[in-house]
Amino acid sequence: MRGRQASRDARRAREFEAFVAGAAGRLLHAATLLTAEPRDNNPRARSLLTASLAYTYATWDRLRGEDPYDRARQQLAVRFARGVWHRHRGRGGLLERLAPQERLILVLRMYEGVAEEQTAALLGLPVERVRAICARAMSLVLHPPRGPAPKVTRAGKAADAGAGSPVGSGAAAGGDAQARGTGADAETQASAGSRTRAAMSGADRADRTGRTDRADRADRADRTDRTDSAGRTDRTDRREPTPS
Amino acid sequence: MNQSSRKEAAVRKLLEASPPPVPHDLYTEAVRRGGRMLRRRAAVRRVMWFVLFAAVVAFVVWASTAQPWVEPPSETTPPLSGW
Repeated sequence: MRGRQASRDARRAREFEAFVAGAAGRLLHAATLLTAEPRDNNPRARSLLTASLAYTYATWDRLRGEDPYDRARQQLAVRFARGVWHRHRGRGGLLERLAPQERLILVLRMYEGVAEEQTAALLGLPVERVRAICARAMSLVLHPPRGPAPKVTRAGKAADAGAGSPVGSGAAAGGDAQARGTGADAETQASAGSRTRAAMSGADRADRTGRTDRADRADRADRTDRTDSAGRTDRTDRREPTPS
Repeated sequence: MNQSSRKEAAVRKLLEASPPPVPHDLYTEAVRRGGRMLRRRAAVRRVMWFVLFAAVVAFVVWASTAQPWVEPPSETTPPLSGW
């Protein structure tokens, strides 16, 4: 009994050593991509891989012809997905900008070449979602978004403001002229006695944007007792204009 | 080669670049932790078997002394009538 146990232990150790020698490099690379760490300083990836390999070693006798690499990779993915690895931010590395789930799916699909359906089943997601996340992660990797805009210095800001203000006032003046135009239009329509609601709102807008005070007052006095074609007094016209 | 497969190839190439060096103590550490996991599982299994065995023994002892399948002797006298 004891001799059989010892021989099984020895066989397991031998097989496991061969497996680690062959697969550790690739698995460690995958783990380092997952944790988004630089290649020379990857303590989290190492401990993640050590835990998965330890589990693989512990279940070695129950593999029953299954691929141990599959088992170890699955452990790696599941541990990463549900473990504390979520809470850490990337510290450099290629996939630093990606979210943990995007990293996981990208590594499984592209680096490990796991099929979409298997990835979806492993993570408990719909296949379409896996496809979408993978496409997004790929485009993020290929075309990284630009960083934040460079800081504007005080001198630069002042120059910007100086250059910007004349253009702004010009645009405002143009808007004024346009508003006045619609207002005049509305007046002619009003005197013709066929004011529509749209024209009225145009006149109101003109009031707000920019006539001189006196013209405005006269206009209001003119309009307060005027009724529209439906016979109602329009209350919007009585409103005080905002000073422009 | 269409665009999507070209993109995939580019991403694969990016991902494959510069693999990290494998630390030399990875195997020993994994075996140590895996072995500990195995030993712990074996211990738990042993304890569970022991508890099960103890429960079976206790039940047998109790059953052989209490003999719950035997009908208890009657404690009341039947009514005496027609005497």
